[in-house]
Amino acid sequence: MTTEIPAAAPTADVLAGLPASPAVWCSGLRKRYGRQTAVDDVSFTVARGEVLGLLGPNGAGKTSVIKMLLGLVQPDAGEVMLLGRRSSDPRSRSAVGYLPELFRYQPWLTPTEVLDLHVRLSRADVGASESRECLALVGLADRAGDRVGGFSKGMQQRLGLAVALVARPELVVLDEPTSALDPLGRVDVRDLVLSLKSRGIAVLLNSHLIGEVERVCDRVVILDKGRVAASGSLAELLVQREVRLRLADADGRAEDRMRASGTLTRSGDWFTVQLAADDDGVTVPDLVRDLVGLGVRVHAVEPARISLEERLLAVLRHEEPARAEPAP
Amino acid sequence: MTALIIAGLTLREAARRRVVWALLALTVVLLALSGWGFSKLIGLDSELGTMTSGEARLVASLLLNLIMFGFSLIAAIGTAFLAGPTLAGEVESGQALAILARPVRRSAVLLGKWLGLAAFGCGYVILAGLAQILVVFFVVGYWPPAPATGLALLAAETVVLLTLALLLSSVVSPMASGIVSVGLFGATWVAGVVGGLGGALGNEGVERVGIVSRMILPTDGLWRGAMNGFQDPGALFQMNADEGGGFPFLADAPLTPAYLVWAAVWIAVIWGLTALSFSRRDV
Repeated sequence: MTTEIPAAAPTADVLAGLPASPAVWCSGLRKRYGRQTAVDDVSFTVARGEVLGLLGPNGAGKTSVIKMLLGLVQPDAGEVMLLGRRSSDPRSRSAVGYLPELFRYQPWLTPTEVLDLHVRLSRADVGASESRECLALVGLADRAGDRVGGFSKGMQQRLGLAVALVARPELVVLDEPTSALDPLGRVDVRDLVLSLKSRGIAVLLNSHLIGEVERVCDRVVILDKGRVAASGSLAELLVQREVRLRLADADGRAEDRMRASGTLTRSGDWFTVQLAADDDGVTVPDLVRDLVGLGVRVHAVEPARISLEERLLAVLRHEEPARAEPAP
Repeated sequence: MTALIIAGLTLREAARRRVVWALLALTVVLLALSGWGFSKLIGLDSELGTMTSGEARLVASLLLNLIMFGFSLIAAIGTAFLAGPTLAGEVESGQALAILARPVRRSAVLLGKWLGLAAFGCGYVILAGLAQILVVFFVVGYWPPAPATGLALLAAETVVLLTLALLLSSVVSPMASGIVSVGLFGATWVAGVVGGLGGALGNEGVERVGIVSRMILPTDGLWRGAMNGFQDPGALFQMNADEGGGFPFLADAPLTPAYLVWAAVWIAVIWGLTALSFSRRDV
């Protein structure tokens, strides 16, 4: 009796049906420069179409991590996969666009020629009109024929963005993309990242501008001294942690009710309830309803919103336990 | 494919940075001066009377070799200072980051740089050298015995030096790599002259200095082979008869095939070391 071998076409269908490999997968990345450990056991994943923010103070190892992902720096240990291929294979970078922190392009070329060079190096099928559109997208359409050598830093960074976007990337790595840009340019970059996100292109964004990260990122990885200090979705990191209430006629029963929702502290008329991290969003409305039912007069309810900046500082100052995700 | 793109980029850099125009101007000046100098040579009277045709050929051979040395020096310095900024400079400035993050192998990028620089350096010495040979031919009627071999060896000398400059620029700063490679080129030439003098004086120890230096860096050996292709075959005999051997602008003998093989192996080994160093380098 012979076993029937499935035809090639169904096999291809099965492969096509599998979930796409992550845009970035890295595990246990380590790098030492002399005695200094720059990166220590860093692991994270960027899903397809996801915008991941890399945050951390100067010297936290953010740029080193990015360079290891792109094969520019050899890790001492750890593994990297880009778009389903090992990073040791140059083809893993076929659909990767990169704007380096240190952005310099051939000063003797024009922006059009720089883009053409990168299109050819990527072996991408991108025509001249698409390259022109890319330059227009970053506001360099009217400088397309000028030499890059005469460009300001901001214009060179805009060119760097065009270089990162020109070869139809599926993953874009932006290392401090707004460091040389004016406020208008920063807004442009924000819109650009949001547009990439809407087109399903994954973005790894390293930025000091926390507001920028907070507006565009789905998830954040906070690095400190080369290690992942915290990571998670913005919702997880910025979860509403406490509610402040100004109450009159609050008796023991009202306080018992508040304690049932979380740790209670009191300062005069103000009561602060620490909420559980896995709050489902109904704790506060239910609490207010019950307090009113107990005859308490509710003057104010202030959910304390924690900004990403406060959260980042708290993590870096070790004021709260980091809630790192398990390594992928 | 990547190598050809990068080679084209390197040649375009040389053209856009006006290296080509500067070299062209310098070469035209040198050719004009040498043409004028050679025209004076025809009517030159020595203390003993007008030069014989043999003497004129000897002087023409010597001067041609001297000018060719000038071209090889220009090509050496030019390629060394172009090769230096190529790797180290682009890594320092950050230009290499965007290129190396593309789906390219570093060895292919290096090969492209090397090919571009080799095409530039070889193209220069061959064209300038050929122009010089033609100037000499039209002015004094001297045609060297093996011009193609001479020019090819001059080009090989340039390739040796630029390969060294690329290796150095993958490990030290751009300026240091240019200075060290030109310095080594000069030191090898001096060692070759010292070795030649040692040979003429019958001092084996001193002669060995030249031999060893030619093995370590084949620029001087290839240069001597090139000179042998440019000089009149009778010149050396006449020179030896008149003043003794060891003269720095005449070569004793053509290169042996073994030495040419060694030069090729040397280039391959140094290129391989550069590729290894560059592939491991953090940028």
